Amino acid sequence: MKIEGRIWKFGSDVDTDAIIPARYLNQSDAKELAKHAMEDERPEFSQKVKKGDILLAEKNFGCGSSREHAPLALKAVGISCIIAKSFARIFYRNGLNLGLPLLESSEASEAIHEGDRVRVNLTTGEIFDLTQKKKFFAKPIPAFMQDLIKDGGLIRHLRKKRLKGNR
Amino acid sequence: MKKNAPMTITEKILAAHAGKKRVSPGKLLNVRIDLALGNDITAPLAIKAFKEIGAKKVFHRDRVVLVPDHFTPAKDILSAEQCKILREFAKAQRLTHFFEIGECGIEHALLPEKGLVLPGEVAIGADSHTCTYGALGAFSTGVGSTDLAAAMATGKLWFKVPESFKLIYYGKINSWVSGKDLILFTIGDIGVDGALYQAMEFCGEAIQKLSMASRFTMANMAIEAGAKNGIIEPDETTLQFVKPRAKRPYRIYRSDREANYAEAREYNVSKIFPQVALPHIPSNVKDVREIGKIEIDQVIIGSCTNGHLDDLRVAAKILKGKKTAPSLRLIIIPATPEIYHQALREGLFEIFLSAGAVISPPTCGPCLGGHMGVLAEGEKALATTNRNFRGRMGHSQSEVYLSSPAVAAASAIKGWICHPDEIMKKGFKGSRVQGVK
Ligand code: SF4
Repeated sequence: MKIEGRIWKFGSDVDTDAIIPARYLNQSDAKELAKHAMEDERPEFSQKVKKGDILLAEKNFGCGSSREHAPLALKAVGISCIIAKSFARIFYRNGLNLGLPLLESSEASEAIHEGDRVRVNLTTGEIFDLTQKKKFFAKPIPAFMQDLIKDGGLIRHLRKKRLKGNR
Repeated sequence: MKKNAPMTITEKILAAHAGKKRVSPGKLLNVRIDLALGNDITAPLAIKAFKEIGAKKVFHRDRVVLVPDHFTPAKDILSAEQCKILREFAKAQRLTHFFEIGECGIEHALLPEKGLVLPGEVAIGADSHTCTYGALGAFSTGVGSTDLAAAMATGKLWFKVPESFKLIYYGKINSWVSGKDLILFTIGDIGVDGALYQAMEFCGEAIQKLSMASRFTMANMAIEAGAKNGIIEPDETTLQFVKPRAKRPYRIYRSDREANYAEAREYNVSKIFPQVALPHIPSNVKDVREIGKIEIDQVIIGSCTNGHLDDLRVAAKILKGKKTAPSLRLIIIPATPEIYHQALREGLFEIFLSAGAVISPPTCGPCLGGHMGVLAEGEKALATTNRNFRGRMGHSQSEVYLSSPAVAAASAIKGWICHPDEIMKKGFKGSRVQGVK
């Protein structure tokens, strides 16, 4: 599975209130949430993101609340993958459950710049910065989680298994 | 793994719920769930996902709990619609525990109070502060809506066994110091990812002296250090709390003496004084006497962290016969109807109202910038809640400071953040009541 997109770079400890402020959680429509993604941090984000863009961050991305609205909003706004030094635990789980690929790489997090074009190979964990012509490696996503992502998240994965009759 | 390898309390509970004799950190387990929780923000997504899986019935109608506590009593039409989704699902699934307004309180205070989570159990909730129940000696952790859907459908969820981080507290607890100050101090020390993916095990003689309220506060904020769960071994205090509430048998687990810890830290609590977390991150913690004069517009006493009866009692002790500073807004939010009722009986409301406070029905309300006290641009609030991220309580240019109820009450009188001693002059006896048995 390969992904290519432009980089949006963020710092450390980006919390779920920054990703999607709680004031918008009185509903859970993905398109509506997408309009407010990263609003307090970067008001222009939701208008300027192009489908396929990649989010890059430092440590502990997605700390704070368990709201799945956070990865949902990022996915709905068009983000195809998130690369960070580390992720907060619940965000990591939620992202993969929704079929949003998350990769951990300190080197990539430090070296890649805002606006770079980057290609990611989810199977091998290879991250290639096309702008800087530099290559990095993240720990590949475990096989069973790759299956989740391929199926489009845990729910579709469970449903598929169910339809096959081997849940 | 060695046959008789020692285990931590967290490892023992997970092993028992995965049908294994022993487990070690890093192992992936399919774990049986004793209780699954959702609220008015997270359950609507989970219910949608539950239907998408094609599931017909929840795994156990007594073990799926829905608590509409965040934007309730419904603050607007959209919130009302969310609550309706919960209500209808609860009815269709004949759930035993759906808490309608009047019975509804903040989930993490409500569930222990009703005896819905017990020592030795595994509880998951689509809310990050589900880690609160670790104070009972249970394994409990927050998950997202999709995980909740899977848990509701199957009664199981996969988990990686976390490494454990042992935090030992010893020494004499100072005046006005509660569980809130200990956990703020700890987060200030280890950072917001200081226990990432780990189990924080709180222990030591000082923890044994803490009331259940203070223990819940500590376990509640384990997530603020990135932990998967926080946990405290049950003792007499735990059992006194649990016994009258439990309606099913439960099991007490304890860590083996030689159990393995990825990390350990010791804190001499006699060196810990009332703490404050400054904006915009819970680890930005200072001693309250070292922050200078920070004037505030609003004080909030409540939330799943500090909306317990003990918290209201200590606030009342300080507010008794006093008035809040002019132009400061004091909002008090008892966490559950039972706490509300008891506070009323004890005459605490009389004290609060005379001081100039407003008393809200049980709700998360302003804790997440929902309603009942949202902040305007440039405003500063001191709150007994657990998070002070940018925009958490309202405008992105507002500021949230975190403290114990004692510091919050004293500051409401002064108008700026202060040590309770500034209100309760020296020589005050019984100032150690908060959080101490
Ligand atoms: S009181 Fe605040 S932290 Fe606790 S459950 Fe409600 S919103 Fe979350």
